[in-house]
Amino acid sequence: MLSDTKNNMNTYHRADAPKHPIPLHLQELSLKLRGKPLFSDLNLKINPGEITTLMGPSGCGKSSLLAAISGTLSSEFSVSGIICLGDFNITTLPPEQRHIGMLFQEDLLFPHMSVGENLSFGIPFSVKGKKARAELINQALEDAGLSGFASRDPATLSGGQRARIAVLRTLLSQPSALLLDEPFSKLDVELRERFRAFVFRHAKAHQLPTLLVTHDPDDAQSTGGRVLKMSDLNN
Amino acid sequence: MTRKSIGLMTLAAGLFCGLVAQTGWAQASGNWTDIKAQAEGQTLYWNAWGGSERINNYISWVGKELWNQHGITLKHVKVTDTADVVSRVLAEKTAGKDSNGSVDLVWINGENFASMKKNGLLFGPFTQNLPNYALVDVDNKATTTVDFMVPVGGLEAPWGMAKFNFMYDSARVKSTPNSISELLAWSEKYPSSFTYPSPPDFLGSTFLKQALLELAADPTILRTKVRKTAIFESITAPLWTYLDKLHPNLWRSGTQFPVSSAAQQQLLDDGEVNIQLSFNPGSASSLIKSGELSSSVRTFVFEKGTIGNTHFVAIPYNSSSKEAAMVAADFLMSPKAQARKQDPEYWGDDTVLAIDKLSAADQEIFASIELGVATLSPQELGPTLLEPHPSWMERIEKEWLKRYGQ
Amino acid sequence: MRDQAHTNQSLNRGRTTGVLCSDALGWLFSLRSMPVLTLLAFLGPVLAGLVSTLLPAFGYLPVIGGEELSFKPWAELFSHPALPHALLNTLTSGFAATIISLILAIGFVSAWQGTKSFQRVRTILAPILAIPHSALAIGLAFLIAPSGWIARLISPWATGWEMPPDVAIIHDPNGLSLILGLVIKETPYLLLMMIAALDQSEANQRLCLARTLGYKPVAAWIKAVLPIIYRQIRLPIFAVLAFSLSVVDVALILGPTTPPTLSILVLRWFYDPDLSYRTLAAAGAVLQLFVVIGAISMWCLGEVVISKASKPWLINGRRDLYESLVSAISKSAMKLIITAFLGSFTVILVWSFTRRWRYPDALPSVWSTQSWGSNLYNLFWSSSTTLAVGLASSVIAIILVVACLENEKRRGKSAGTGALWLLYVPLMIPQVSFLFGVQIVTIRLGIDSSWLSIIWSHLLFVLPYVFLSLSDPYRCQDDRYVGIALSLGASPARAFWRVRLPMLLRPLLFALAIGFAVSVAQYLPTLFAGGGRFSTLTTEAVNMAASGNRRVIGVYALLQALLPLLAFSAALGLPAFVFRNRRSLRGI
Repeated sequence: MLSDTKNNMNTYHRADAPKHPIPLHLQELSLKLRGKPLFSDLNLKINPGEITTLMGPSGCGKSSLLAAISGTLSSEFSVSGIICLGDFNITTLPPEQRHIGMLFQEDLLFPHMSVGENLSFGIPFSVKGKKARAELINQALEDAGLSGFASRDPATLSGGQRARIAVLRTLLSQPSALLLDEPFSKLDVELRERFRAFVFRHAKAHQLPTLLVTHDPDDAQSTGGRVLKMSDLNN
Repeated sequence: MTRKSIGLMTLAAGLFCGLVAQTGWAQASGNWTDIKAQAEGQTLYWNAWGGSERINNYISWVGKELWNQHGITLKHVKVTDTADVVSRVLAEKTAGKDSNGSVDLVWINGENFASMKKNGLLFGPFTQNLPNYALVDVDNKATTTVDFMVPVGGLEAPWGMAKFNFMYDSARVKSTPNSISELLAWSEKYPSSFTYPSPPDFLGSTFLKQALLELAADPTILRTKVRKTAIFESITAPLWTYLDKLHPNLWRSGTQFPVSSAAQQQLLDDGEVNIQLSFNPGSASSLIKSGELSSSVRTFVFEKGTIGNTHFVAIPYNSSSKEAAMVAADFLMSPKAQARKQDPEYWGDDTVLAIDKLSAADQEIFASIELGVATLSPQELGPTLLEPHPSWMERIEKEWLKRYGQ
Repeated sequence: MRDQAHTNQSLNRGRTTGVLCSDALGWLFSLRSMPVLTLLAFLGPVLAGLVSTLLPAFGYLPVIGGEELSFKPWAELFSHPALPHALLNTLTSGFAATIISLILAIGFVSAWQGTKSFQRVRTILAPILAIPHSALAIGLAFLIAPSGWIARLISPWATGWEMPPDVAIIHDPNGLSLILGLVIKETPYLLLMMIAALDQSEANQRLCLARTLGYKPVAAWIKAVLPIIYRQIRLPIFAVLAFSLSVVDVALILGPTTPPTLSILVLRWFYDPDLSYRTLAAAGAVLQLFVVIGAISMWCLGEVVISKASKPWLINGRRDLYESLVSAISKSAMKLIITAFLGSFTVILVWSFTRRWRYPDALPSVWSTQSWGSNLYNLFWSSSTTLAVGLASSVIAIILVVACLENEKRRGKSAGTGALWLLYVPLMIPQVSFLFGVQIVTIRLGIDSSWLSIIWSHLLFVLPYVFLSLSDPYRCQDDRYVGIALSLGASPARAFWRVRLPMLLRPLLFALAIGFAVSVAQYLPTLFAGGGRFSTLTTEAVNMAASGNRRVIGVYALLQALLPLLAFSAALGLPAFVFRNRRSLRGI
């Protein structure tokens, strides 16, 4: 328990914590599911503010790759290779020490918390004081056009509103990189475009190296960045 | 004196008593004042049949008195069958738990006492040390010293007298039978109006014993142990003939019997039967008072007498509160507790004390007890017959089970 | 420097095990051992108890002079006059209760699944599960006895019964009232287990498919769904069978008496003042175990035969299966069960406030609170004991189950987890077969008649049910919530306490209530582990049931029924209150 806290503290205040934007770097990354290789020797570097898209049919291991990067892979998988943020090797760090933000198809807002509590859950512990935290929350909500939503029940919001809250929650946790697991696919066309723009704008504004996986070419095009195919990487 | 030193003394006394108990505790260990002092602060687990609300309330009252007078905490462990307690003490002995047993005092008599005595599960003799034991009517109430033909030997303290009798609803029954054979004729005339709990329930067993005592060619044989199967068969033959004739006229045509003594009380009140067995001449009055039976209920006994016995309290060998148990046993024999026990308002059970040994004031208290509408006077209750030796009952129960229990 | 070392160390570990997440926490290590520890704590004593019963069954009981092994107790057992009939009683009541309950549950689900009355019945049946068997049996006895409420309500004007009819209804020699009492309790249980199984499988799609192929509801359900979900309800069926074959409290209240069922006979022998009966009792207890094992094997054999024999029938193309008959019978049976339940509950309530109520009055002639007032002290103590033991054992069970399930989530299925089905062993082994032995074991350990032994013995029966009720919601929870929490920077502990558990509040409280209800209902374990020193509402009610004083029995049975009902209301009401502003978790 004690060592756990120490590690956390270390992470938040680590000497080489990225005060400036840093790239996400995957080196010779291989992934196996119960001994069966999903992909091997993947090399990929994403620069700060760059949005790279990874395309491929479902079941090809896109989501597993994201889980491997974020550290939430189930124990049935085995990973080899190195994942770096800047010069910092995070390959074996537990997910809470990696500072890698994730967005899924579903918003996954915690149903037992209000909008404000969901956001507060994301804000690092180092931001002390009720007032400071509330200010961050209000600022973020205003930014997203959701002023006054802090005390609302997530279940009463529209799909688009919930999706935006989920993005805010991730950004407030001050991630060093952003992983997007088809976060747009459940939204209808009009909402989708606006939301996409919202996410990309924020990713770029925060100078986050961003990896988007999708099977929708439209999504890929809208990033204006590199588009890779899973099959290209897999050799 | 500090609380700690009292605790230490109690502990030492407990250890000492445990020691002497192991080596056959024959004589009084210390005087009564010492025992009382040691009893203070002890918790007493009294295992007593808990099937009657009235008796439970009486025991609660005893608990209050023991706390006020002696600082003893009484916990009434309600048992369905006293044989459970015998079983538990045996389990403890099996596991080598020779001190700190779970039972400190047990309400007991008959077969259960015989079994505990035989297997060395009892503490004592201790009754001679109890001041109130001197007031017990050992001369006229023979069953206070011989429990079902087994000598008590100071291992259990008499608590109350029981005498087999019958309750009936006078609103429905005009004439009552006067003997076991008249009962047969009566039940032929009024079928389905009578039943008895199936043995080994003590009332059911007592009914069989009562029948055997009246029907046996030579009842004196019943006082000693069964020696030969042939004798058993010839002595009990009239009983089986009798039951074969009686059963078709019983409630449910003798195919089903009430599970317990108390269950037949509900049958009487519901009008399913018209005669109920009882071991307590005063209980009909008490039950009328508490609203459990109709006010038209009365009692009767047989002309030539009915079985009577005494019920006792005993202390298991591995009790950790033997002093408190002795103080409690003594209190139960006190005129105060006995008078309340005799009052049908609270219980209605005949006292074990000899009234003429009591002080004038105490005699006055006993004289003023209102015995109740349904209670027979001592004269009307008639002679008391002695229980047969337990070995008879053991075999009769088995035989009964073989004949009617399947 | 330290970071460097940490990283290297982690890297090495990462390479060998590949477990990337959450290996830094000390408490995880203890979590890992939870399944094994839980199993040991539970199976050890059961095994020890069985051995302590087995030895006397072969004549080894030194305290009464039995020092060598022999078959004498067995010879005595098989020559005992009451045995054959008692065995027959046990088998008929056990199988009849199980088969009838199963048929009713299947009939009702197949005919009514998806309808409004199905939903309604589902909500009414839940409280029946909550109420202890013995309380229901007592109420039922008050209801159907020849002098019971039903007879009182219709007599003498309709029946002409000035006196209660002279027929054996309760304690009847064929055990019919025992079967009825069991069916009322077990049908809802099997029904709810079936519903749970349906929710997990793709039953609804299959059902829809069969319906679109022209199959009527009952035929569609029995031909297309039952074969799939049967596997999942097998364990509950075995539990019902084992329980019905070895039940003690219900059999004491409703079962036949001359002779009784085997379990009661064994209990009587154990309690016979003649201590030489102990070896006979032990042999009987072992026989009881074989009866249950044999019955379950018979059942399995029956399964094989039925599944073979029904193959051609399944595909013969017939699209209806006595549809209207099944739906009519199953619905009226459900109505009857619910009526019997409500009637039992009401009659207990009425008796508890009665002073005089003679046959054939429809209602008491004199009402009074005396049965409550004069028992206040005892009621208070037995209720507190019931509450304390119930809360302690269910909370401990929740902690152990959550630890096992969390371990499973974090490490994937391990051997310890896979063996967790062994937790059901205490439900399958007859209580009389090992509790006597357990009593000896607890005395040996010096923990008899203590809170420890009583809570632990309740835990044996509480834990399986808590596990049964919590495992599915726990396993089905979307792990991405915890994943998100972690990637937002929360430690595993924080993610567990702030995200995992609050989101599971409803199933957690429900499992707690089930555990509590199971604990409240325990009769024999309380008797044995408590050394008689602990009286709970159930031991009081069952002991009183023999006394025939319906007014006091009513008080105890009512409280005994109310406590679990309150627990369930709290389990439903609390999340509704806590999440009153959280629509997706409100539930009601």
